[in-house]
Amino acid sequence: MLRTLKQIARIGIISEPVSLTAAERGERDALQEKIRRIYGRALCIRHVDAGSCNGCELEIHALNNPYYNLEGYGIKFVASPRHADLLLVTGPVSRHMQDALRRTYEAVPEPKWVVALGDCGCNGGLFGCGYASAGAVSDVIPVDVTVPGCPPSPGAILSGILTLLNTPRAASVQESANQGQQPH
Amino acid sequence: MDYTRFALNPETLPGAVPVRRATVNGETLRGICTAVHESGGLLHALWGCDERDREGGYLLRVALQDDAGLLLLELPVDAAQLCFPNVADTFPAADRMQRAVHDLLGLRPQEGDTRPWLRHGSWPADCFPLRRDYAGSEPPTAEDYPFVRVTGNGVHEIAVGPVHAGTIEPGHFCFSVVGEKVLRLEERFGYAHKGIEKRFETLPLMDGQRLAARVSGDSAVAFSWAYCMALEGLCGVTPPLRALWLRALCLERERIANHLGDLGALGNDAGFAVGLAQFSRLKEDWLRTNQRAFGARYLMDALVPGGTRCDLDAAQRRDLLDALPPLTAELGVLRDIYDDHTGLQDRFTGAGCVPPALARRLGLIGLSGRASGQSWDLRCDHAHAPYDALAVHMAGRLQGDVAARVAVRFEETLESLRLCQVLLENLPGGDVRGSMPPPAGRLGIGWIEGWRGPVLVALEPGADGSIRRCHPHDPSWQNWPVIEHAVIGNIVADFPLINKSFNLSYSGQDL
Ligand code: SF4
Repeated sequence: MLRTLKQIARIGIISEPVSLTAAERGERDALQEKIRRIYGRALCIRHVDAGSCNGCELEIHALNNPYYNLEGYGIKFVASPRHADLLLVTGPVSRHMQDALRRTYEAVPEPKWVVALGDCGCNGGLFGCGYASAGAVSDVIPVDVTVPGCPPSPGAILSGILTLLNTPRAASVQESANQGQQPH
Repeated sequence: MDYTRFALNPETLPGAVPVRRATVNGETLRGICTAVHESGGLLHALWGCDERDREGGYLLRVALQDDAGLLLLELPVDAAQLCFPNVADTFPAADRMQRAVHDLLGLRPQEGDTRPWLRHGSWPADCFPLRRDYAGSEPPTAEDYPFVRVTGNGVHEIAVGPVHAGTIEPGHFCFSVVGEKVLRLEERFGYAHKGIEKRFETLPLMDGQRLAARVSGDSAVAFSWAYCMALEGLCGVTPPLRALWLRALCLERERIANHLGDLGALGNDAGFAVGLAQFSRLKEDWLRTNQRAFGARYLMDALVPGGTRCDLDAAQRRDLLDALPPLTAELGVLRDIYDDHTGLQDRFTGAGCVPPALARRLGLIGLSGRASGQSWDLRCDHAHAPYDALAVHMAGRLQGDVAARVAVRFEETLESLRLCQVLLENLPGGDVRGSMPPPAGRLGIGWIEGWRGPVLVALEPGADGSIRRCHPHDPSWQNWPVIEHAVIGNIVADFPLINKSFNLSYSGQDL
């Protein structure tokens, strides 16, 4: 126990500063405000592996390490699509996962977003389309943002998720939220 | 091992690892399988090829490991009969491989489980994607998979997946439980089947290592090295020594990265979140060092046929060397913390136990095998360059539980750190890439001890620099069925921990 506490104290807080310049800080605050307005408290993400090679998953794991301070942004990963605002989808969509992906998408309450991750999620990547691969995520469910890379770095994944909040759709959802309507 | 009574006349395939190839009939195939199994050998892979355009009919290939290396048996299969003798009675791990051969090629074992394995209904039961004349435009079919039902007083089922609660790959687990105790687990995979083997046939021979690296992204170096090794064997070349040393450096770095990730996740799954925070920090540092030295956090495209794509200058070498002692020290601290934490040890010890006898019967290999007394490691058994100069110390435990798999990971990480040190300090000079003449052989084999276990690539060149057939084999094929045994009698809540302690690949076996 003592050893554990010593180790925690020795390493300290290693989360990297999210932004340094005033402009960037302003942007981050604006994003957090948006997340709060649109989603209440936090942006909840559900990851779906629709047939990836597991490379993209490793970088999603990395995004949750102490360096990136994900929850500091008000973003967290959840265990069920029913708790999620956003689906983070990896892989070329294998034909065997098509149904499961569609059903997971349907289970996410409105307003919902989809980020397609990695070269595979964007366009099928090296696996392309074939008898067993349906290719890009957008060929199966609507996609708001794509994050290329093989695999994309945690930083790229994070900025992909954040760009989402600057899309026209996010603006209109925010609008309806402001007016106290049920957003769609 | 003596095969004289089988009148085998094996030919030795050129390449970096010892491979003998022989054509056999059904009876000899079964006889040799039994003999290899009885003398302590293993089944590594089983796959099929469509040869109707050449010799006629099909070919079943069975790769066994004995003391002398890999023994590759080839059984011609008649195009009208389409069946081959079952070897799953000797090597239980062959069962799913045989079912996959049927799904993809239409060859059936004479007895055994006839349920599909990789095919869920994306293509009909009478169409076979790996046949050369397969066009692939049939509409999908809807099919129920007949799980084995367990009945009895109080027995109920828990079905999980293919979409899981955490960030993991897709697969389905059907638990039959009484109260919280697992009576039976049945796995069903194939969700990540993307048609990788067919895809290989559309790529240039000199480019296939890129797809190989993505068979299982966590084993990118292992698979791309195996691919390059197979191709270099076909072309009769050996890459420059510096390239081989750099490849080994990449492979050991991949092993360390995965072990760091797993050690953290295993702590977390046993309720020790500090472990995850600490190890994921170390892993992140490690990946950032990769970025500085190789220009990428994950070494998906570091290897090319004939050598490596990257080289290291003196400063990068220094940077890599400097990172070794601090990590070694941190590992020591964290190992003490894990060892002394009674709560952790309570969850680790005895969970998901695979005793050595069971491991041997089921053919458990790789890291998990070494934690159950199965002492196989290609870096020691048939050390190819540069491992022949490194005297790798093989880790091992006999307990076969989660604690043993954790201990093997600690030991292997420390040994890989030592290897990185030796590789960096003694890196030979010279080129990192040699020339690649056109392939002279018909079949090349690459065989590499990845972090999870041995991966194998069997490569056949086609006309004009194309790939005729490429079969990548991940050790998860052999190890997944063992988890079904490892969880019996454990509580359902321990499954994530047990599963993580094996950390097998879905994509690598679904292909
Ligand atoms: S983008 Fe790259 S890392 Fe991600 S799933 Fe595809 S091949 Fe794997």
